[in-house]
This record gives sequence, structure tokens and C-alpha cells, in this order.
Amino acid sequence: MQFSVRYILLFSIAVCGVCAVFVSSLAVSLKDRQETNEKLFKQRNVLEAAGLIESGQSVTPQEIETYFENIEAVLVDLQSGQEVEAEDAAAYDQQAAKKDPKLGRDAPKNPSLVFRLPLKAQVFKIKDKSGAVDMYVLPIEGYGLWGTLFGFIALDSDTNTVQGLTYYQHKETPGLGGEVDNPNWKALWEGRKVFDNKWQPSIQVIKGQAGSPEEDPYRVDGMSGATITGRGVENMLDFWLGPDGFGPYLENVRNGGVANDRLKGAA
Amino acid sequence: MAEMKSKVLLDPLFNNNPIALQVLGICSALAVTTKMEVTLVMCVAVIAVISLSNFSVSLLRNHIPPSIRIIVQLTIIASLVIVTDQILKAYVYETSKQLSVFVGLIITNCIVMGRAEAFAMQNGPFLSLIDGLGNGIGYSIILLGTAFIRELLASGKLFGVEIFQLVHEGGWYTPNGLMGLSPGAFFIIGIFIWILRVFKPDQVEEE
Repeated sequence: MQFSVRYILLFSIAVCGVCAVFVSSLAVSLKDRQETNEKLFKQRNVLEAAGLIESGQSVTPQEIETYFENIEAVLVDLQSGQEVEAEDAAAYDQQAAKKDPKLGRDAPKNPSLVFRLPLKAQVFKIKDKSGAVDMYVLPIEGYGLWGTLFGFIALDSDTNTVQGLTYYQHKETPGLGGEVDNPNWKALWEGRKVFDNKWQPSIQVIKGQAGSPEEDPYRVDGMSGATITGRGVENMLDFWLGPDGFGPYLENVRNGGVANDRLKGAA
Repeated sequence: MAEMKSKVLLDPLFNNNPIALQVLGICSALAVTTKMEVTLVMCVAVIAVISLSNFSVSLLRNHIPPSIRIIVQLTIIASLVIVTDQILKAYVYETSKQLSVFVGLIITNCIVMGRAEAFAMQNGPFLSLIDGLGNGIGYSIILLGTAFIRELLASGKLFGVEIFQLVHEGGWYTPNGLMGLSPGAFFIIGIFIWILRVFKPDQVEEE
């Protein structure tokens, strides 16, 4: 059968039109659900880093919401280390911000292969019943063996003692570097110190055995068969706790110099 | 007719398996088979896309101008894949995160377009739907088999549940790192093809 040019044109326009309407109507109708999922996923990871829930534990959205009544999300200007006013800090998308020419900047060369930095980063402050800050949960990212690992580190209110470390997205080898997800390995971090007495980031992931957090606070036993992933974790902590990351902010927290009034009483 | 239907449905499972005989769709077979759970979601997604694309292409088969048929098929497949991806993100968020780009890459899965071009363009919608189902299931059998072996040997688990206790958790099993990597899947798929050809010697290529 022969088809005229007119028919071919009309046919292709019709196919495109039908497909476009189909795809976009579905995408729009599912958008709310996807955004809720994304938010819950992130909140869940913050809770995991803070050790409030176990990884793999099933929690309902309501329970997550209850936890988050005592968690405040703030935006921090990474360079000045000050908290900045934000409309809705909890919904801030740091990954989108770092790619935006106005909201991000090129990172200085670093071993963690972070190429772009957001100007403002999101910090979660976990508070006790009196409203004093108990823990700071900071987003971290950096290159491992196969790709970038994304996660959170929870620091005690002294900004030095690790309360937890968790990764929510990575491409490391299952069984080797993938063991960053292993609860046993994550448990090794609790109680370690990230800064030395000059407040330089000094945590190391080593081969072999590290002592207990009291005796050997600056070293963590690496994962066997995953030297490069371990080095990646070490590099990214060095970077994110250093001067280009949350270093200035944490220093301000320690000196009580965070410009946010709400915090002054607490710190 | 009934015999035809069952032949269309069952042939791709072993006699004419898209992965084992036609060696199509290998890329995703290597990439998403490290965990059973993720693989299962991927298989369901592929079955849905092949069946629906076969069905819709077949409905339009007498109206598609031959000169633009490939691009029309691709438009239909791409729309279905985006829809599938959106649904996964809305309902099985964490698994969809692990599948990342591989759902999107169903568009380039040669099985989907292969079936649309080779079968759906010549056959009725219902038969095409069955052909899509059959090929999707044939693909899934190989993927799930591969994932079963890989997850078990690489991390001692199935569907995330511990089966072999690992050495560094105080157990006896030393995980096999090769199975965690893509080349591991090559070996397993190769072995599957070998076993299949022992039972079905007509699949062996002539020298």
C-alpha cells in the first residue's frame, strides 16, 4: 500500500500527540506520590544516620513524621559557615542546587572527586525534648571505586564524636565495597572522633584492626577487599569536614557563633 | 488457533529464548542481576513493556507507513518505558533507585524492538500480546536464574534474606567477589546456554 506524504505527516503527528498526552498525564498524576517517596526516603536516611532507626527496619510515614517533630532542617552557607534564612529548608534540593550556576560553584580539586559544591548545604539538627541540639546530621558525597557514594554523617553536639554514618546511594561492589551498608561495619563508627586536637579532620579508614573508640578514636577498621572504597570514605570525610565543606559551620557551632538566634541558647 | 497461541507463548521460554538463543538483551542481564528483588522488578517492567508495545504496534500495524515504521515503534516503546519508570518511582521507590538508568534503557533493549518489528507488525493484537508475554517471561527466566546464583554466591542472601552466613559476620561462607561483578553474569549465562543446548541439540549452530 502506498502512503501519501500528507498521511505520513499526519500519522506521525497523531502518534506523537497521543504518546505525549499519555506520558505527561501519567507523570503529572504520579508526581505527588513520587515527591512524597523522595522526601520519606531522605528523612529515613537522616534517621538511620542518627541511629534513631535501624537500616532495613520498616517504619510508617507517620512514625517518620513523629521523629521529624524534633528535627530541624536548616540551610548553611558553606563558605561563611552561617545559617541562612530559608523558606522551606526541609524541601531544599542540594543536588539540584549544586548543578545550578547561580546556586552552586566549582569545587577546588580534591581527592574525593567532588566537582561541584552547592553554595548552601542542608543540615539536620536533631533535638532533645528541651530543644537543645543533640546531633548534627550532614550530607556527604564522594567517589569510591565505581562511582559516587551519597550519604549522611551524624555528629554529636560537640561536632567531633560520630554518632552514625550511612550511605543511601552507591555503586560499590556487592559483598566488598558494598559492605558500607553492612550494619556491623557502620556500628564501628559510633564514638569515633573526626577531628584531632587542632580541629583538623583526621579520621582514617585502615587495613587491619582498629581498637575500641576510646583507645583508638581516629581509626576505623576498613572493609576487607575494599581498600579503595574505604579510602573514598576517608577522603570524603576529610573533604566535607574540611574548609570547603562543613568545617567553617562546625567551627561556628563550637564557638557559639552561629548567627541563628534559635541556636544560641542551645549551643 | 489455540495450539498457535500456546506455541507463541511457550516457544520463547526455552525453544527460542531471547537471551539464550537469540542472545539479545544481554546488557541488562549483566547489569541488574546482582539482587533478586531488583531483578524481579526489572523483569516485571520488561514483561509489561514488551507485551504492551507488541499490542499497540500490532493495533496500528496496517496504518503505520513502512517508511517511518521503526521510528513509530520507538515512539511507542519510549512512551511505555517512561510510563513504567514513573510508576516504579511512585510505587517501589527504593528498588527503582537501585535500577536507576536501567529502566530507561529498556528502550534500547533489542528484545522489545525485535518483537515489535518481527512479530507485531505481521500478527494480530491478541497474538502479539501473547508473544510479548512469552518473550518477556523467557527473558525473566534467565535473569531470575542468574540473579539467584549471583546474589547467593556474592552476598550469601536471597531477596536480602541471609542464607549463607558470611565469614566476617562469624559464619563460614566466603563471598565470591566475581559473582558480584558483571563478568560473573557472563559465566552464568554461558553455562545456562550450554545446559539448554545439551537438552535441545537443534539450537547448536553448525560449524
